[in-house]
Amino acid sequence: MTGSAYFMTSTAEAIETHTLVVEVDNEPGVLARVVGLFSGRGYNIESLTVSETQHAEHVSRITVVTTGTKSVIEQIKAQLDRLVPVHKVVDLTETGKALERELMLIKVRGGGDHRAEALRIADAFRARVIDATVESFVFEITGRGEKLDQFIELMRPIGLVEVSRTGIAAMPRGPEGL
Amino acid sequence: MSTKQMTGAEMVVQALTDQGVDTLFGYPGGAVLPIYDAIFQQEKLRHVLVRHEQGAVHAAEGYARSTGKVGCVLVTSGPGATNAVTGLTDALMDSIPLVCITGQVPTHLIGSDAFQEADTIGITRHCTKHNYLVKRIEDLPRILHEAFLIASSGRPGPVLVDIPKDIQFKAGEYYKPADNIHKTYRPRIEGDHDKVKAAVALIAGARKPVFYTGGGVVNAGPRAAALLREFARLTGYPVTSTLMGLGAYPAADPQWLGMLGMHGTYEANMAMHDCDVLINIGARFDDRITGRIDAFSPHSRKIHVDIDPSSINKNVKVDIGIVGDCAHVLDQMLAAWRETKPTTDKPALKSWWGEIEGWRQRKSLAYRKSDENIKPQYAIERLYQLTKDRDVYITTEVGQHQMWAAQHFHFQEPNRWMTSGGLGTMGYGLPAAIGAQLAHPDALVIDIAGEASIQMMMQEMSTAVQYRLPVKVFILNNEYMGMVRQWQELLHGGRYSESYSAALPDFVKLAEAYGGVGIRCSKPGDLDGAIKEMINSPHPVIFDCHVDKSENCFPMIPSGKAHNEMILGDAAVDIGSVIDAKGKQLV
Repeated sequence: MTGSAYFMTSTAEAIETHTLVVEVDNEPGVLARVVGLFSGRGYNIESLTVSETQHAEHVSRITVVTTGTKSVIEQIKAQLDRLVPVHKVVDLTETGKALERELMLIKVRGGGDHRAEALRIADAFRARVIDATVESFVFEITGRGEKLDQFIELMRPIGLVEVSRTGIAAMPRGPEGL
Repeated sequence: MSTKQMTGAEMVVQALTDQGVDTLFGYPGGAVLPIYDAIFQQEKLRHVLVRHEQGAVHAAEGYARSTGKVGCVLVTSGPGATNAVTGLTDALMDSIPLVCITGQVPTHLIGSDAFQEADTIGITRHCTKHNYLVKRIEDLPRILHEAFLIASSGRPGPVLVDIPKDIQFKAGEYYKPADNIHKTYRPRIEGDHDKVKAAVALIAGARKPVFYTGGGVVNAGPRAAALLREFARLTGYPVTSTLMGLGAYPAADPQWLGMLGMHGTYEANMAMHDCDVLINIGARFDDRITGRIDAFSPHSRKIHVDIDPSSINKNVKVDIGIVGDCAHVLDQMLAAWRETKPTTDKPALKSWWGEIEGWRQRKSLAYRKSDENIKPQYAIERLYQLTKDRDVYITTEVGQHQMWAAQHFHFQEPNRWMTSGGLGTMGYGLPAAIGAQLAHPDALVIDIAGEASIQMMMQEMSTAVQYRLPVKVFILNNEYMGMVRQWQELLHGGRYSESYSAALPDFVKLAEAYGGVGIRCSKPGDLDGAIKEMINSPHPVIFDCHVDKSENCFPMIPSGKAHNEMILGDAAVDIGSVIDAKGKQLV
């Protein structure tokens, strides 16, 4: 006889992916506060980037990509909003097709045809060569997450060694600020 | 803005007195010696020495809940701060305004695993509403005043300020900020006018309404309780309350249904289940109230007034969510009502009250009386009867006794009932009673306790004796962790795993050992006399009341069940087919 409230699963709402931009006071520990909120309440972080955007006003911008049902996303936004150092929470996925970009460094190792193939693919993806040896390349590539995923898959059979990604920076289109 | 040169430690004392604080609960230690030195050399701020830092935080909670003011705590670094964590988490769950000042090792030693160093900010980040580490003396005055602002505005909560020892010694400019506004934290107080109007229209058109009120009404101040009463009188609608909201609406009033929830009355839970308009004022749809969420109040449209936007639509989807302070929104609702002068459906309301009367006839709080042993419900009833004409404040520990106190003790005013609801912290009651007694020296303050709970913070008896606080610890002693035993009986085949109170102290001797008074009672015939002896004693008293060991707390909605599937005790009146086969009693 369980039927305990603790074992109840929520009804089948679709899982969505949302990009949230959180404008915060740049005070020590504010990132720990935001990340701790996600982990403490069991919310998901797909990607997180943070940096100071207005030095004089000590304001930072945290861009986080999270997944969950619609109700969970609404809760995440409300919980973020009530943190004391948070100025504003904007859901870019809700407001419309926002711009999203990510930067990746990717190391590929191989010889002969593989080297040529790697350069051809890099060219097609407008990736830049930032390191080259007789048997390897390091490419720098920016773009949407899916484009970077695709590039990785294409490099895999050629000789993928290492990948370093920054996480998503996002911004709404148009002239208006946050 | 005038400024004054003083040390960090002096700034703490100055800021507290500027904020109107007169009582501070704490325990000294190396990292707070400068502040204790400053306290020693002044007269405005009274410091109350507890015996365990957790007691300091619970005492501040009892002080805050019984007065509406911000409770203040001062503890040292390391173990002082970690001992306060339970109390801070308790205050966060129950939305109690507290400012807790912790000492910290000097700034140049932070991160070096120094003596009595702990990452207080990291540890308390998620059990406080907000916390600060003061790294520069220039920030200290602003942070101290900001802490009070954050603790007391919006949804109240505990704020921690961690002050390294070298900052306490350093001299700087103290000032009190001219304005009381935070640059980012601006909670919404006034409800959205259109939503208020829509809510009022919905309320007026209700045929089976119920007011579901909670701790938010108490937090919004006495004015909120007064407005709630006015609104209830105006509409004639039934009113129920959560554990945390008891007293906001007078229990003596005929429109009072009793507490709702897991151990609420039959009529309150049935009304919530069958209503067509549910008016939530300052409650948060906690799982102890809702039971099975997908079967909770299935036929009703719901209005939710809450100051915390994240509470709205968190557990239960509502139709009209109004973010705002309870007092303000009730004011707006009353104004809208008077302006639109709606007509209520009087015949439907009469029929609804008829149904409610039928449910009341089940007498869900009834219990089998006994002449041989004291039933715990009887003990609470007698306690209530013998104290109801007095200025009385009740705190409790956690468990069956807490539920019986909520059921059988009746509150007519807010701020009289202090209990650990959200976190359910055993040991809360005695220090909370100490805090309440300090705030109300002439009142009768009683901690209704269980014999297991009271042992958790028993050392605070020494605090009561030191400050001559005549708190009364009324122990319902059934030699078990009663609530755990009840669940083990009902849900775990009667396997009483570790729920027996072994090696209990002789509570009378223990009281006397501390310098208080001990009273023991085990016969119903002796109870009234013993209670009167307890009340009339000018000293702190431990009252060891031996009660029936096997009594269970009913009604009970086992977790995962719906409101209309509650189990009633065998003394309740069985009116045949009121519950259907599915909801029949299990035991």
